[in-house]
Amino acid sequence: MRSDVAAKLARLSRDEQTLLRPLVVTTPKFYLAAGVLGAIVAWGIFAYYMQVRYGLGRTGLNRPEYWGIYIIEFVFFIGISHAGTLISAILRVSKAEWRRAITRSAEFITVLVLGFGAIQPIIDLGRPDRLFNVFFHPQLRSPLLWDVMSIALYFTASTIYLYIPMIPDLAIIRDSGIKAPRFYGFLAAGYRDTPAQRARLERIIGVLAIVVIPIAVSVHTIIGWIFAMTLRPMWHSTIFGPYFVMGAIYSGIAAILIAMVILRRVYKLEEYFKPIHFDYMGRLLLLFSLLWFYFTFAEYLTAFYGGEPAEMRTFWAKLAGPFAVPFWAMVAGCVVIPLALMCRKATRTPRGTLIAGIAVVIGMWLERFNIVVPTSVNPRWELESLGRYMPSWVELSIMAATFAGFVLLYMVATKFFPIISIWEIKEGREQSVREVADRVAGYLPSPLPEAGD
Amino acid sequence: MTRWGMVIDLDRCTGCGACEVACKSENNVATVSPEQADLGRAFAWMKVITQVEGDFPNTTMRFVPRPCMHCDNPPCVSVCPVAATYINAEGIVGQIYPRCIGCRYCANACPYTVKYFNWYAPQWPESEREYLNPDVSVRPKGVIEKCTFCHHRLQKAREEARANGRELSEADYQPACAEICPTGAIVFGDLENPLHRVHAQKHDPRAMRIMEELGTEPKVYYLAPRA
Repeated sequence: MRSDVAAKLARLSRDEQTLLRPLVVTTPKFYLAAGVLGAIVAWGIFAYYMQVRYGLGRTGLNRPEYWGIYIIEFVFFIGISHAGTLISAILRVSKAEWRRAITRSAEFITVLVLGFGAIQPIIDLGRPDRLFNVFFHPQLRSPLLWDVMSIALYFTASTIYLYIPMIPDLAIIRDSGIKAPRFYGFLAAGYRDTPAQRARLERIIGVLAIVVIPIAVSVHTIIGWIFAMTLRPMWHSTIFGPYFVMGAIYSGIAAILIAMVILRRVYKLEEYFKPIHFDYMGRLLLLFSLLWFYFTFAEYLTAFYGGEPAEMRTFWAKLAGPFAVPFWAMVAGCVVIPLALMCRKATRTPRGTLIAGIAVVIGMWLERFNIVVPTSVNPRWELESLGRYMPSWVELSIMAATFAGFVLLYMVATKFFPIISIWEIKEGREQSVREVADRVAGYLPSPLPEAGD
Repeated sequence: MTRWGMVIDLDRCTGCGACEVACKSENNVATVSPEQADLGRAFAWMKVITQVEGDFPNTTMRFVPRPCMHCDNPPCVSVCPVAATYINAEGIVGQIYPRCIGCRYCANACPYTVKYFNWYAPQWPESEREYLNPDVSVRPKGVIEKCTFCHHRLQKAREEARANGRELSEADYQPACAEICPTGAIVFGDLENPLHRVHAQKHDPRAMRIMEELGTEPKVYYLAPRA
């Protein structure tokens, strides 16, 4: 750190010092990790080049396995993206005060992962050069087109929802002068934290938090509908819309937990991500593991009880056939492990939630695998069954590159933006403690007149 | 109103595969290597599916020639994001190759699995290359293709009939598979025209359609085997 920057940093408050330090101090470990991740991304770009040059034949896809890793990744990443916006919006709207340290890191996950999700169907296209045909020749009955619209809207909304609540922090950085004054001056958009500006800001955040909720719900509902609108066995199901939204939030919570544990460790944020935060997020994870079990059980029991032969081929392929391993691993990752760890306070610790979070993320990836692949290889016309899918090195490389690319971008983002909202922590300290006390008092009946009055 | 359709008599089908071959050469359908075919990437717009019934030793082989069903309510058409798959006024379901973006949603939506994707740029053996049909466009890599009821033959037949100043008859327009079938198992024509054989045959007591219960309204009828 340059000495003038160090001096400027020393003049700031303790919160600001801790939370702005990552913007000016970068360890060799960071560069090492960024280098490794960058190499993986470069390798993935090479794999994609091979695919574009020679055709989708370079993947393991075939007939009837028309969709594979890319579509699984698409559903998975867009699911993770529900972490931020939805969780932070719901916590804001419900006035959950413990959200203050969490929202920013969650919103960053949303915006960054959404892009990686949205490019998956484009990677999957046989003719990426004709992508803009969706604008030149739109066919509005196609759920894929609904998806283009809802993802575009969601990306716009969640980017604004990330940016607006960050303006006061950007103004703090601008005023401190620790880094790129012009850049932050531009982004801070003339914010001076006057009472009028603050009131306007809070009002916009309040509106946005409500607006993004239905948009987020629509995004994953429509992704579920892409499958459900076909007549394919085990896809053609009315539960898919809500099932996908619930699963998306579930995987999103797990992703936030993993990010929180890592951020806390590398940037020494123990003061901000406290055990209580992991406890509360762990409770949310517990709730969603139960919800996930309920939805999944309802879906499979309905299919099983009806016993339609076409459905049963896919059903048994999952439960006791070639897909039994991914299926039961999914059950372990989405129910058994998180439920066992999150039902006890003793394991709702950073370490316990990290293990549960990783289990859920893997489990939810497998859930998408178990939706896409077993149905694909079991088409309704049994005569045609081929029933094989083995992803190629091209698909696996691109998958590794999207994961690496997301982590890399997230790391870089923490170098330019405070990953915990400084002004909201400050506001919490200065105002909310009193406000909450008043609010709780307001819930209660007014005190009875004392005897003798 | 014309509704082009097909009636296939399963009692007459011997499984010779002539329809498959005729279709391939008529429509410039690409040839793939045996390795690619093993991966499930072979093309067969018309495919004779072999079905074994019963348990050994009392087994019967059945053959089901399977073209595109040309549904009147085609699930592939509604899901296409760019309207590259369409149904025309006479009920033929087609594919616009230069517009298709290759998302393969239609292929997933089709309950009959009749849509084929060009995983690589199409290839033919050297000996075949010279004899590609000039009436049928060669597909680029990365797009979906499927049976068109040899739609290019209809355009030709219609122009000829108009030039000769007469009505289009059943014999004027026959897809390659129906034309070649040595046992006359495949009958093609206008389902709505009483002068065409399919008009009566679709009401045969043996007539049925595959997965009729899905409501896709396929225009390919099968006459169930008597025994």
